[in-house]
Amino acid sequence: MNNELIIEIDNLTVDYPTENESVRALDGVDLKIYQHDFICVLGPSGCGKSTLLNVIAGFTLPSDGSFLMQGQPVAGPDSQRGVVFQSASLYPWMSVRKNVEFGPKIKGLPAVEINRIASHYLDQVHLLEVADQPPFQLSGGMKQRVALARALANEPAILLLDEPFGALDALTRIHMRQLVRKIWQEDQNTIFMITHDVDEALSLGTRLLVMSKSPGTIIREFSVAFCDRVDQRTGRVHVDADYLARREEILDLIDV
Amino acid sequence: MQNKKDFNKNHRMLTLLTWAFIFLVWFIITRFNLVSHLIVPSPGEVIQTFIAIVTDGYNGISLWEHLGISMLRLLIASVLAIVTAVPLGLFSGYFSKVGAVVDSIVQFYRPLPPLAYYVALILWLGIDESSKITLLYLAAFAPIYIACVAAVANIRVEYLLSAKSLGASGKDLFFQIVFPACLPDIFTSIRTAVGVAYTTLVSAEMIAATSGLGWMVIDASRYLKSSVIFVGIIIMGISGVLIDQGLKALEKKIVFWKGYQ
Ligand SMILES: Nc1ncnc2c1ncn2[C@@H]1O[C@H](COP(=O)(O)OP(=O)(O)OP(=O)(O)O)[C@@H](O)[C@H]1O
Ligand SMILES: [Mg+2]
Repeated sequence: MNNELIIEIDNLTVDYPTENESVRALDGVDLKIYQHDFICVLGPSGCGKSTLLNVIAGFTLPSDGSFLMQGQPVAGPDSQRGVVFQSASLYPWMSVRKNVEFGPKIKGLPAVEINRIASHYLDQVHLLEVADQPPFQLSGGMKQRVALARALANEPAILLLDEPFGALDALTRIHMRQLVRKIWQEDQNTIFMITHDVDEALSLGTRLLVMSKSPGTIIREFSVAFCDRVDQRTGRVHVDADYLARREEILDLIDV
Repeated sequence: MQNKKDFNKNHRMLTLLTWAFIFLVWFIITRFNLVSHLIVPSPGEVIQTFIAIVTDGYNGISLWEHLGISMLRLLIASVLAIVTAVPLGLFSGYFSKVGAVVDSIVQFYRPLPPLAYYVALILWLGIDESSKITLLYLAAFAPIYIACVAAVANIRVEYLLSAKSLGASGKDLFFQIVFPACLPDIFTSIRTAVGVAYTTLVSAEMIAATSGLGWMVIDASRYLKSSVIFVGIIIMGISGVLIDQGLKALEKKIVFWKGYQ
């Protein structure tokens, strides 16, 4: 790894307080994220994937252990870490363009610059022609593309995606993967993505993290490079014995 | 869509039939003298009284003045309630400390019958406009305030979290996310509030008024002018519906995303 270290998580523990006793969602998680990593997190439901993402986002504070971003502790959410949720959280009272302009506007950039950024990212997700529509008129896939553009418009150091394609149909999902892969290659972003789809993880990620439930922690990490072997035209990975072996291995780990 | 159209058409037909039935019953009751004219005037009498009031006014004051003064009281009280209850309610929902201060006061006076505190208001503010408008104001304040507090609590967490991740905080978060996210509920509560204020109008105009629709009805009751009472009630009913329709049209325009959150 000769890329810059962005995030350093050390022995992270998260307890959720409940009525009787607290629930330990994460237990001793260690993770280093470097510039241009594409991390895909897999694991059974309830193993703490979203909790880990929420800690990185700044929504949840660690109960124990440390979480440093570019060497600094994180006190809460800020524009350095962009988030896309499973269901689009677009603001229905703003047009698509205004949604994307939200971050740059908060930053107080000049109007011309705000406009240029919004047009650039809307173009990147192929949605320039619906820029002036309200978001509720769009399809599910289009909404997620707007959410992606909105997060990208801030040019965050890392992009956090919590099952971003989980609610989409299979074909739309393949298109979304292609789009995210292209953006990641062009813009050299750093991405942390949760998915429950092993093929999705294998076809996108450079590092796959597999988590287990109780204790909620990372049990294996795989470095993969199947994303370099994607058919440019169909967007599908060329499946070979190596790929199938990895796939089996990961499924076995999740299935216990 | 064709089905929906038929459905609406059917419903409108039912509404019309209901009213036709009410008029028919009214007509029959009075036509065959089933009850005294002093208690239920006939439709003909009511129409005559209406024409008389439209042309000559009531008690030397034209109908438009009666209607106008009532609407002015309602308007001033509603506007005051909106500009105070919305910010206070949103702050109370957003900052729990503000809520701890204001909530209990609103909860205390809200279930009181308006007439009970109207007496106190007259004692403090005198018998002229200010006590009347304050009464209507208090009636309109509570529903808006309570709806705003609840609306803040019901904002989708993702709206707030993604705004924070986009760099918003403090003022930006409040004015650009919290306020618009609550707007649909605010509008619904304004419609309720104006309705509630309207129902207290008669109480407000009962004491020490010399004009206004409510006063007209009260005054007519003293002299058993039942047809005037009927005219007053019908005008109040129709104007109430018209006000609500107006607010509904405004709501549709401003909160165009209602139902899509
Ligand atoms: N706010 C909360 N309060 C209490 N317990 C919580 C809370 N959020 C999550 N948990 C618990 O923490 C554990 C991890 O939850 P988390 O949402 O991180 O799992 P996940 O891996 O994202 O699951 P899924 O794949 O279903 O989204 C679960 O046991 C869950 O019940
Ligand atoms: Mg989750």
